[in-house]
Amino acid sequence: MANMAQAIRMALHYAEENLGLTDVFGEDVGPPLGGVFTCTQGIQSAWNSPLDERGIIGMAIGLALAGQKPCAEIQFCDYIYNTIDLLKIAGNTCWSSNGDWNVPMIVRTPVGSGIRGSIYHSHSFDATATHIPGWKIVMPSTPLDAYGLLLAAVLEDNPVMYLEPKALLRIKGEELIPGEPADDKMLSKMIDAPLGERSKWKPQWPALEKYVVPIGKAKLVREGLHVTVVSWGRTLPLAAKAAKALAENEGIEAEVIDLRTLWPYDWEMVSASIEKTGKVLYVNEDTEVTNFGEHLIRRTIEDHFYKLLAPPRLLAGKFVPGIGLADNLEMASVPQLKDITDAIRALAAEQP
Amino acid sequence: MSRPRLVDRKEEKSSLGSLPAELLIRMHDLMVKARVLEERLIQMYKSGHGYFWIGGPGEEAFNVPLGLLMKKGQGPAYDYLHAHYRQSATLLALGESPIGALRQMKNTATDPYSGGRNFAGHFSKREWNIAPVSSPIEVQYAIAPGTALAQKRFGGDGITIVTGGDAGTAEGDFASCLIWSSRPGNELPILIIVTNNQWGISTAAATQHGEKHISDRGRAFNIRSRTIDGNDPVTSYLELKEAMEYVRKERKPFLLEAMVSRLYGHSSASGANFVGDEPDCIKSFEERLEAEGVLTRAEMDALRKKYTEEIAEMARQVRDEPQPDGASIYDHIYWEKK
Ligand SMILES: Cc1ncc(C[n+]2csc(CCOP(=O)(O)OP(=O)(O)O)c2C)c(N)n1
Repeated sequence: MANMAQAIRMALHYAEENLGLTDVFGEDVGPPLGGVFTCTQGIQSAWNSPLDERGIIGMAIGLALAGQKPCAEIQFCDYIYNTIDLLKIAGNTCWSSNGDWNVPMIVRTPVGSGIRGSIYHSHSFDATATHIPGWKIVMPSTPLDAYGLLLAAVLEDNPVMYLEPKALLRIKGEELIPGEPADDKMLSKMIDAPLGERSKWKPQWPALEKYVVPIGKAKLVREGLHVTVVSWGRTLPLAAKAAKALAENEGIEAEVIDLRTLWPYDWEMVSASIEKTGKVLYVNEDTEVTNFGEHLIRRTIEDHFYKLLAPPRLLAGKFVPGIGLADNLEMASVPQLKDITDAIRALAAEQP
Repeated sequence: MSRPRLVDRKEEKSSLGSLPAELLIRMHDLMVKARVLEERLIQMYKSGHGYFWIGGPGEEAFNVPLGLLMKKGQGPAYDYLHAHYRQSATLLALGESPIGALRQMKNTATDPYSGGRNFAGHFSKREWNIAPVSSPIEVQYAIAPGTALAQKRFGGDGITIVTGGDAGTAEGDFASCLIWSSRPGNELPILIIVTNNQWGISTAAATQHGEKHISDRGRAFNIRSRTIDGNDPVTSYLELKEAMEYVRKERKPFLLEAMVSRLYGHSSASGANFVGDEPDCIKSFEERLEAEGVLTRAEMDALRKKYTEEIAEMARQVRDEPQPDGASIYDHIYWEKK
């Protein structure tokens, strides 16, 4: 099965061939590298830009205004922060012009911890992104969703922020992308650029098919009765793993939801689950103060107060200025498997 | 390889004879119309019919020819304009009615540019490739290369035009514009304009900028550059025409710095009162038109009177138009397929 980086690459290929994607660009996105995480190797419309994040976002807005369909990359979300007022413009152009203009652009950027990236390669961006109205914000946790959400992003008429959990980019999926060969060695031969000299290399694309994960739809990853766990990105597979172990070993049945789209989010699914369990834990790795999970907690309290069996909980990154390089520092800063397991267990045990 | 031209700041006036009388009269007409509009907007602000005024009185001699020379239409075959907030004269020269600006000043639901959401002078008109004016200084310089790249691809002779003030060129977005417009092999059909009034809000350019001319900065990128007298409509017309022809044909960038005046201060925040000590482009143009027998004083007075009455009448009409409904704040956050 493809890993997430390959899935993104295949989606970009499918989209440039079939869905009108015109530009895949950013720092080191074009040949020879094809992106620092290899996500854009072999893409026809991929090109290298100046090392200028504001220029990249500005270019994407301009291309979109002129009827192109750009997908810009910010190499690490740690470096997107100096573009925030341009992101605001992409998000407010339709509204400011009272519906006259739209800005159909995509920004892809790797987020989060998990590769020992230290202070400036470990940032999250979901809390900040969800403060910018006018965008749709997605974050896959599997290669298949990565493929389907990227096709949905290309089909969108509005700006889409596509957050790539960098810890998951190299993780292979458990579901086949439609058209993907079942043998992943074969897939690698077909679409991974060779190391070293590659100027004559061309990918052999599998016969990919259209598969769209609608923006705004969450995924029920695991059913359960006792606790609802809502997560996205890197922490989602950890939550699923924790839930599985707790079910097998301790009889705690956690329902796990992959939010997948942060805005506009699938409150219907989350809400129905909370109705059932009366207990909810939100898990993500962005810093915990003014975290998006805090908004979800407010919504939970307002809509479900009288049915709750325990206070809604948030497990998120510590509110510290950065993620330190050393193992212990990173692990103390953002939720790990054990933290999630403990949090689910504690919530399951809570009595009114 | 285009050789960067030496910057020559032309202080001497071009002779009126370099343009047909018909065009001179048309430019004068639009300049007066734009001035009267701005003065009406200021008056609206001062009498409580608007919260904030910012606009372009003092830039008409440059902004009118710009509008007249633009290729108006929608899509990459036509010119894109990424403007700042002093561009009313360009919009009028393109054929826009003044009433839209009045409606935006009065933040009515009928405001064609933002439906009562944005400040005066923040134009937007997709039908004519007028990208929405946004308040953050200089962002348009980061965005404009995008439409220019689409046009480079598209072919034809449509170009991208970006305008802004002098103080804003200190922002990184101005440097971004120079870089992205001149990537070797990917030079863009973009006319980069700076209207230099030598002021930020209250900060004099001379106290912050070491470069002699802003246009000098184009040279480092092999961008053809020029500084011109933007208070002279004839010079402005001829220089803009030449620069635009170059960009249209060569599909390469051009940096044009126009020295202009700021006749009513920065905005209503600084009082919006007439300043007596800067050249007034309409006054000097009218002296020349009269001296050379193109128009009489009486004709010019009559024109101003006509526009004053017309625009005052429009302002009265706008006064009674409704404000947007509070419930409409959720409209158009996302695009609705049309
Ligand atoms: C990024 C940003 N910083 C500050 C401001 C506040 N501001 C509005 S206009 C202005 C001065 C702009 O001067 P200049 O670029 O020369 O243009 P001018 O108004 O003189 O035409 C400032 C500081 C702003 N709108 N945006």
